Amino acid sequence: MSLNILRQQAEAEWEAVVHPSLPQIFIGTSTCGEAAGAGRVRRAIEEKLVELGISATIHRTGCLGECWREPLVDIIKPGSPRITYHSLTPEKASELIADYLVNGLLRPDLALGVWGGGYDGLPALDTTAMLGPQKRRALRNAGIIDPENIRHYLARGGYRGLERALSLSPDEVICEIEQAGLRGRGGAGFPTAWKWRLCREAEGAPKHLICNADEGDPGAFMNRALLESDPHAVLEGMLVGAYAIGADRGYIYVREEYPLATRRLEIALEQMRDSGLLGRDILGTGLDFDIKLVRGAGAFVCGEETALIASMEGYRGLPRTRPPFPASSGLWGKPTNINNVETWAQAAYILAAGAEAFREYGTEQSKGTKTLSLAGDVRHTGLIEVPLGTALSDIIYTIGGGIPGDRSVKAVQTGGPSGGCLPASLLALPVDYESLAQAGSIMGSGSMVVMDERSCMVDIARYFLTFTEAESCGKCTPCRLGTRQMRSVLDDIVAGNGKATDLEVLAHLAQSVRKGALCGLGQSAPNPLLTTLKYFREEYEAHLDGRCPSLVCSALVHFEITTEKCAGCGVCLRVCPSEAISGGRGVKHVINQAKCTRCGQCLKACPMRFSAVGKIAGRAVREDA
Amino acid sequence: MDTPETALSALLTRFTPSRDNLIPILHVVQEAEGYLSPASMAQVAAYLGLSESEVHGVATFYASFRLKPIGKQCLKVCRGTACHVKGAGEVLAELEKKLGIKAGETTPDGAYSLETEACFGSCALAPVVVVDGRVSGRVEPAGVGELLKGENEP
Repeated sequence: MSLNILRQQAEAEWEAVVHPSLPQIFIGTSTCGEAAGAGRVRRAIEEKLVELGISATIHRTGCLGECWREPLVDIIKPGSPRITYHSLTPEKASELIADYLVNGLLRPDLALGVWGGGYDGLPALDTTAMLGPQKRRALRNAGIIDPENIRHYLARGGYRGLERALSLSPDEVICEIEQAGLRGRGGAGFPTAWKWRLCREAEGAPKHLICNADEGDPGAFMNRALLESDPHAVLEGMLVGAYAIGADRGYIYVREEYPLATRRLEIALEQMRDSGLLGRDILGTGLDFDIKLVRGAGAFVCGEETALIASMEGYRGLPRTRPPFPASSGLWGKPTNINNVETWAQAAYILAAGAEAFREYGTEQSKGTKTLSLAGDVRHTGLIEVPLGTALSDIIYTIGGGIPGDRSVKAVQTGGPSGGCLPASLLALPVDYESLAQAGSIMGSGSMVVMDERSCMVDIARYFLTFTEAESCGKCTPCRLGTRQMRSVLDDIVAGNGKATDLEVLAHLAQSVRKGALCGLGQSAPNPLLTTLKYFREEYEAHLDGRCPSLVCSALVHFEITTEKCAGCGVCLRVCPSEAISGGRGVKHVINQAKCTRCGQCLKACPMRFSAVGKIAGRAVREDA
Repeated sequence: MDTPETALSALLTRFTPSRDNLIPILHVVQEAEGYLSPASMAQVAAYLGLSESEVHGVATFYASFRLKPIGKQCLKVCRGTACHVKGAGEVLAELEKKLGIKAGETTPDGAYSLETEACFGSCALAPVVVVDGRVSGRVEPAGVGELLKGENEP
């Protein structure tokens, strides 16, 4: 049995989509699209089509990565290319249907770009600011195909990587991955081929294979988007791995918080079974393999592989010491190989396109492309994939479109709670495993949160330590008590109770936790603190002097009313919850600093035309004292 | 009519009584009953041949499991990095003020539960609040009232 017949059917079906006789409409329905109102847009389009008596096919697609201008809708009109429209509301979508499908108006005001080249004055999609510089490989089908239709995946070359792998020996498959230089995309960057080989050569049966989809870093959504947009890319990679390693059983450990990704995986697994891609004697090659979906239950530590295994076995997600490594003793004590979602999708790409094609991009030690999630204070938030080695500045300014409001970058946070905050002076840094580690951060799974000058770095360090303290599993003392102690010193500093010796204490604690913690999560938990201490020490010192320069920490700011600007309108006086404002109608207002709780209501309430209330770094000078 | 115990027994028979089914079982029990009651956890423990403390230990380790009944409407404020940078703290404070409860609590009338979540992975639309499983993006502190009125239909 082979995929040939199915692939022919799939290609015919896809051909009828891209060169249709009826209009084809694609609606982006990943979590971001849904949150931005894709459901309402779809209903508006359906109603308009009925009203106008137009027959059209509506497809769902995944994430094109332009999350900041969802909802996205693509339209292929017979004889015309595929055009992507953005930022649609139900009203705009209805107009678009009438204007484009009935009257032939392209609506350049709503268009993002055209697939496969410019068209009638509209730009080619691959020349637009955010998509232009990207190289989408793990995301090769994201936003293009219906993620719930295996035939779309097959028509675009899906499962060709598996077919090629099955024509090679398992060792040759591992060599191909090795030649490509693929490194784990989940955090540590361990060479994938080594891991596969260790597990292949390990004694014991059955062998297990796990896809780690427990994307727990706050600020990260690459894996969610990939699973929602192209689940088969990941599953194909797992089949390639199963063949190479000689694994019998596969598992996908998915975060509880990702219901849509879970549903699409369930659908994809069902389609694979129906197509002879799972179960016994896959494609007649004698390969037996099945994949089970396992739902996580909300524990950050379960991203660590030994904790993940404990969780799958039904225990609290506590990591254990290694060795033994999972490759020799993992799930139920059997040889187990764990890779991240993106690693699997890249493995499928490598087998389909070849190691050489994969190595086309990247640096000496970091080959290929990497998916990154771009969020925070940046114009184009979304999901991107770029060659490893791309400079941070290119990611933020070119792809990301810079900072809203023409503010400046203060820091870029990479790698989540295990990573660090890099300052604007390091924006030339290439994004690869070594460069980020040298700067004190990590690549991690690829989250990137941009912060402008309004973020306080002491507050950010405290934010991450609050997170790691809450998520610490409690097994080892350095992490359990160390994160708590660091957080409590930071609490003191932001509350204005910092002591001169605090920075030394923090640095000492951070080093102890780094060296003493049991698992990677504990060892890396001090990174946000260490990088902010290294690059933003003056902010810590300002806090110790009683000032929060970014105006974030409420104990270290105060509010004042500029007498010359104040019109005595009484608005601030009425909203003040602590009766700290004096004056009255026509009588200029003054804040009693002793009573003020620095809630900021007066600043929000003061009418724009007066703008008399100011937020000022540093504690108030208490005239009453 | 089914007693709670017999309803739960029927649910449990869908699973083989092995340890690795503990977390999947707790998920379906919570989906069926809204939370994990001491009686349900005892029944799960008996079914799997575990001690009640083992089951309790697992249930309290994972953030998804809830040991108290939940309000009719459940609001989860994302505390992810991007949401933090984009003002999730103010959104949470406003919801706490409006509902008169703190995160992790349910209003005395059982109408609303307010929770926080480490990250929903919808960072591009920060700050995010999830109401009964539905994601609302770019939430303004001033706009939280609309979430409560259920005006966030897709």
